[in-house]
Amino acid sequence: MKVLKFLLVGFIFGIVLTKSEAVSWYRIYEMFQFQSFHMYGIITTAIITGVIGIQIIKRKNIKDIDGQPIVIADKENSNSRYWIGGIIFGLGWALVGACPGPIYILIGAGFWSIFIVLFGALLGTYLYGVFKNKLPH
Amino acid sequence: MNILFYTWPWYVSGFIIGLIMLSLIYFGKSFGMSSNLRSMCTIMGAGKRTAFFDFDWKAQRWNLVVVLGAMLGGFVAVNFMSDPSNVTINPKTIEQLATYGIDAPNGKLAPQALFGNEVFTSIKGIAILLIGGLLIGFGTRYAGGCTSGHAISGLSNLQIPSLKAVIGFFIGGLIMAYLIFPLIF
Repeated sequence: MKVLKFLLVGFIFGIVLTKSEAVSWYRIYEMFQFQSFHMYGIITTAIITGVIGIQIIKRKNIKDIDGQPIVIADKENSNSRYWIGGIIFGLGWALVGACPGPIYILIGAGFWSIFIVLFGALLGTYLYGVFKNKLPH
Repeated sequence: MNILFYTWPWYVSGFIIGLIMLSLIYFGKSFGMSSNLRSMCTIMGAGKRTAFFDFDWKAQRWNLVVVLGAMLGGFVAVNFMSDPSNVTINPKTIEQLATYGIDAPNGKLAPQALFGNEVFTSIKGIAILLIGGLLIGFGTRYAGGCTSGHAISGLSNLQIPSLKAVIGFFIGGLIMAYLIFPLIF
């Protein structure tokens, strides 16, 4: 049951992202051309739902499934890493039309060529790990 | 039931994605997809040479299970819940793509020109996907998150660092879409 709930969450995530076409290269291209509200609507609705949910969790001190207090770590305050890293990711996102979640989902959907993207993403992650200490954060 | 086969409206899927993030918080975890790439590097042995990958990936096993579930979801949605009406994008976008020689969706999630199996025999095709992947992997780890970790989780928790990252995502995306993409195609 412990593992099963994560499998179920992932399964729903895969279906929702595929059926709302957030995994589609076309939808990402259309978003960056400002020719549709669809992707902006998805992201905005998810954030509004999240903001309300997190406020409820914080104000009502809701405990997690194991009865532990829910603590959401703040992101470390900084500049370079968010701006530079963000821009680098954005370049890749707009080129192959997939962020990490959709990469996995599209492999499940049967797009063999996405393995090249996954390989590149693993290599990119590895290179970051290697050069981490030399980069401005 | 047919309604499940058509394109899901943004307010339905956005709401469910928000709930997915909240349920992971309720399970004592967090919503972030790019960190799995780091776990995969560690599983392949990257921790022996590089300190960044020398961590207990087993504590992240739950997230790899989410990935497995997402793959199954993608498989089921494409094979059993598809409809020819899917991916109805703006006709203007289709026209614009045609000038680059990129095929119209006609129900497909991704263009044949970029993702068809023919790319395996094209150096340019492989290079585009490989470089795109490299930028995604390097950029997400550098920024400490992707669309799920920063745009959804971070902004939902009103994190300024995440706002910077998300603005960065869009700056990068717009540079690619308007300046670099037209040079490649």
